[in-house]
Amino acid sequence: MTVTHPPAETLSVLDRPNSYIGKTVPRPNLDRLLQGRGQYVSDLELPRMAHVVFLRSPHAHARIAAIDADTARRMSGVIAIVTGRELEAVITPWVGVLSHLKGLKSAPQHAIAVDRVCWQGEAVAAIVAISRAAAEDAMEHIAVDYEELAAVTDMRTALDPATPVIHASLGDNLAFERTLDAGDVDHALSESEVVEAEFVFGRHTGVTLEPRAVVADWNAAEARLTIYQGTQAPHMVQNIAALHLGLREAQVRVVCKDVGGSFGIKVHIYADEMATYALSKLLRRPVKFVADRIESFNTDIHARDHRCRGRICVRPDGTITAFEIDDLTGIGPYSMYPRTSAIEANQVVNLVGGPYVTPNYRARARVVFQNKNVMCQYRAVGHPIACSVTEGLVDLAAAKIGMDPAEIRRRNLIADDAYPCASPSGMKFEQLSHHSSLAKLLQMMDYDALRAEQAALRAQNVYRGIGIASFIEVTNPSAAFYGVGGAKISSQDGVAVRLDAQGSVICQTSITEQGQGSEALTAQIVGSMLGVSMDRVRVTLGDTDNTPYGGGTWASRGAGIGGEAALQAAKALRRNILDVAAAILQSTPAGLDIVDNRIVNAADSVSRIELSELARIVYFRPDTLPPGIRPELMATRHFVPRQYPFAFTNGVQASWLEVDNETGFVTLLKHWVVEDCGTIINPQLVDEQIRGGVVQGLGAALFEKCIYDERGQLTNANMADYLVPMSGEMPDIEIGHVVSPTQESELGAKGAGEAGTAGAAAAVANAVNDALRPFGATITEIPLTPQVILTSLGRI
Amino acid sequence: MKAAAFAYARATSVVNALELLAVHGDKAKVLSGGQSLMPAMNLRLLSPEILVDIGGLAELRGIAMRGDVLVVGALTRHVDLLRSPEIALNAPLLRDAVSHVAHPAIRNRGTIGGSLAHADPASELPACVVALDATIVARGPTGERRIAATEFFKGIYETALSPDELLVAIEVPVIGQGSTFFFQEYARRHGDYAVVGLAARAVVAAGRFSDLRLGFFAVGDRPLLAAAAGKLINASVNPGLLAEAATALTNELDPQEDQQATAAMRRHLATVLFRRCVAALLARPELEMGVAK
Ligand SMILES: Cc1cc2nc3c(=O)[nH]c(=O)nc-3n(C[C@H](O)[C@H](O)[C@H](O)COP(=O)(O)OP(=O)(O)OC[C@H]3O[C@@H](n4cnc5c(N)ncnc54)[C@H](O)[C@@H]3O)c2cc1C
Repeated sequence: MTVTHPPAETLSVLDRPNSYIGKTVPRPNLDRLLQGRGQYVSDLELPRMAHVVFLRSPHAHARIAAIDADTARRMSGVIAIVTGRELEAVITPWVGVLSHLKGLKSAPQHAIAVDRVCWQGEAVAAIVAISRAAAEDAMEHIAVDYEELAAVTDMRTALDPATPVIHASLGDNLAFERTLDAGDVDHALSESEVVEAEFVFGRHTGVTLEPRAVVADWNAAEARLTIYQGTQAPHMVQNIAALHLGLREAQVRVVCKDVGGSFGIKVHIYADEMATYALSKLLRRPVKFVADRIESFNTDIHARDHRCRGRICVRPDGTITAFEIDDLTGIGPYSMYPRTSAIEANQVVNLVGGPYVTPNYRARARVVFQNKNVMCQYRAVGHPIACSVTEGLVDLAAAKIGMDPAEIRRRNLIADDAYPCASPSGMKFEQLSHHSSLAKLLQMMDYDALRAEQAALRAQNVYRGIGIASFIEVTNPSAAFYGVGGAKISSQDGVAVRLDAQGSVICQTSITEQGQGSEALTAQIVGSMLGVSMDRVRVTLGDTDNTPYGGGTWASRGAGIGGEAALQAAKALRRNILDVAAAILQSTPAGLDIVDNRIVNAADSVSRIELSELARIVYFRPDTLPPGIRPELMATRHFVPRQYPFAFTNGVQASWLEVDNETGFVTLLKHWVVEDCGTIINPQLVDEQIRGGVVQGLGAALFEKCIYDERGQLTNANMADYLVPMSGEMPDIEIGHVVSPTQESELGAKGAGEAGTAGAAAAVANAVNDALRPFGATITEIPLTPQVILTSLGRI
Repeated sequence: MKAAAFAYARATSVVNALELLAVHGDKAKVLSGGQSLMPAMNLRLLSPEILVDIGGLAELRGIAMRGDVLVVGALTRHVDLLRSPEIALNAPLLRDAVSHVAHPAIRNRGTIGGSLAHADPASELPACVVALDATIVARGPTGERRIAATEFFKGIYETALSPDELLVAIEVPVIGQGSTFFFQEYARRHGDYAVVGLAARAVVAAGRFSDLRLGFFAVGDRPLLAAAAGKLINASVNPGLLAEAATALTNELDPQEDQQATAAMRRHLATVLFRRCVAALLARPELEMGVAK
């Protein structure tokens, strides 16, 4: 690990002998999960619980003329069959817009379609029965009379005057448009070499192992709704459910225990989930919805699906003088609620060219409606697009002027001592480390030796390629992300820590756990700050009744924001404990310390009193304490970044692969990542986050794509035809770190959850083009399927 | 994704299974390893009224040599093909092929009888039995019949079996000395059905093929025994002849287009496989390069 900046003074407390920060310690929830004792919503059973199945539209766009459910209603086991019109009485529609995304528009969306369906898979009716099987049996007997409408499917023609407008009230199919013009792009164009390409990205989706799952339980006696849901943002769900069901937030409790994967898929509010809440209220009993795999493919948000024209201007000496992009994306018929579907395109505009010094940048992004499943934020929102476009263009520029891809980056990346600074799109960078990261990467991969090996193999008709991709990543978002646009999505998080009567620590945090290790990192931080061993720290998350208010886990924010709140809460509790200890021991707080679950002398570490004994006195014999002492063995702190809208991180990835030029098949041989997420709390958790992210990026690069036909039918909505990356095709992924802690928090941690996904596809695409260079082929489309590669080679 | 309700009968013997099939006709489905049937039922693509489970019939298990014929019971699981010393010795092609079939969990349950009866044109084992010149043994109400593998596959998911028949065994002739095998497929991910694949058996003497059986799969509605192989038998193979045979091969193929490949891509990949196969069988790597278009 290379440390570019000495850790802040205040961090010295972390170097205490009992510190867990910076160490690979096992996750506290590991045994529970490995022993099959996880508590997933899919497994939850409640008394009188009913199951809902949604009859979904087979058409991309149609008017619902009639629904005949008479036969189905009479079938055994059926409790209710509910249409969109009937459900409207219980739940109001919503519009997915945010005020800071100027001009963003969308149409009201209903929990179940009313009169019209706008994508294949939109729910048309809910069948509630005593089991999912009974509901599916009944579903086969519902007759819906559809009048098919023309479907808008191709984003490229969505804005043509001849194309039907999906929502007449909106006037056209343009959801959002943003332009940016910084510096002097025209001048750069006139004085540099210009390279241009169109980058095409397949639509893909998250494919969580556990599908979306909800149990909604309306208790009419308490007038209270309990929602058990696999979500990343319990308080957001609470707010939205209350808002649309006409309840106060206090009438809604959201409980989120174990979640079988999320990747951003579970940070949104889905119509079928809203319908499930409403059905529970309507039927006054618990109702369970668990999406099946086909429903997941048809209704879990999709992402990426961009076509981005890009230009780069470069001088013969390698100086990059400008970037220019024109991005187009189709988001389905509605902007998703409440985070909206304009964020990805907005991020693309924010991030293109971000690692480089050139001040000249022009961009346009357009977001259009179409009759396909909705698109929204999925792991590394916008980053893979921006990174693939930027890094693809940089490699094209290098090829044009005959410069080595590593060298052109060295000449243009922002210098490590140039911070703080801002990008042409106005992104503020506190401290990045592009050059040390690149240097470390080249050393890890032994770049020169690899180039020599590549050349030697070419002589034997073996075509291998090296691809490099530098990237920046948005982490720790402040209110600038959603709050300023009017969304009730908290950017702050809170942690409450208390010492129990036997000296153990109970910690409640508003961040959530979906496998990242939120529970582990919270326990590590609290244990370290308090001087308590980790097995005595119990972390509670995912319950709006029992945690402080906060945002949850998304946008690589858990460690940086929730972790800092944990650190500050633990520090406050530590002060309170030492105050009491000083009173009991007739010492001073400064003269004492907490190490290994006991109070010791700060000076000579001599043990003075066990924490359990201190707690016993405080809770059971307060009468023995000196007068005036009011012990407070619980502390709560909240944290939100204020100085920087986002804590940017950076990194660089490289791919080494072989292309079989006769078959078009790509074999991934090795992948390297160097990234800088600031303070590392648990090295193994960080590395596995990055590896997992890389694998999702490799999936995008080679395999994953939601294939729609021209009528808006998703034709590969199953695990046989939608190809997720699997271990057999994955290379070894080697990871290195550079550490530039953020000064905005005492902890210094930035996010690491999306870094892998941000740059993996760009590295692979660059490597494939590097391998194919002898054939004069350049491909700027992913996934890079054998079909695509053979076509570009002219073999078929 | 729940199967529609169905009845279930666990057959106690082959005779009992045949009786059940005779009673229920095409409303019944034989359940073997369930690795193709159950997914289809869960997707409600198939809704049989009754499943006749043959999984417990010991008489359908086992791998044994009978003279110079290797007899493989219908219930032999994929994993058994992978591990059996008899298979490794006498029909290594099956072992090589089955390592490309799905993943361990599926190979632990899926059976050779189920795979052949299912007749997916992208499946490995049907092409192998064609290349191996095997015979499929079927038993029905009127007794047993033997069907040449080349006559067994009739189309996508279609075979020569009638609904009241059971596939009971596969007989593979073992030709012993001089025979060599080749198996390769192009699949997007390990364990996926092939985009194009080739299972081959050859007899090579003095650098020439005295026999060459090429079983292509995923190139049409059933496994294809390529007639173009004939051009290379008892001939001195050179790049020119290989190119000529490759052209003949593409004319034989009638590939489908799907999400993995267009028909043109399948034709192209088949010729690449063809060349690589011949080069490998003759141990002449230079032939592999030859005819790239
Ligand atoms: C994820 C996944 C990946 C797979 N990948 C591959 C692959 O790459 N290549 C491949 O070849 N296969 C693959 N398979 C299928 C697998 O090989 C199956 O095991 C095989 O196709 C069917 O065998 P089975 O014993 O499971 O048959 P079952 O599913 O039980 O039956 C299949 C069909 O054959 C009929 N049948 C079964 N046995 C008999 C019999 N003795 N007589 C008459 N009819 C019978 C059944 O009625 C049914 O119609 C895959 C399966 C899965 C789930």
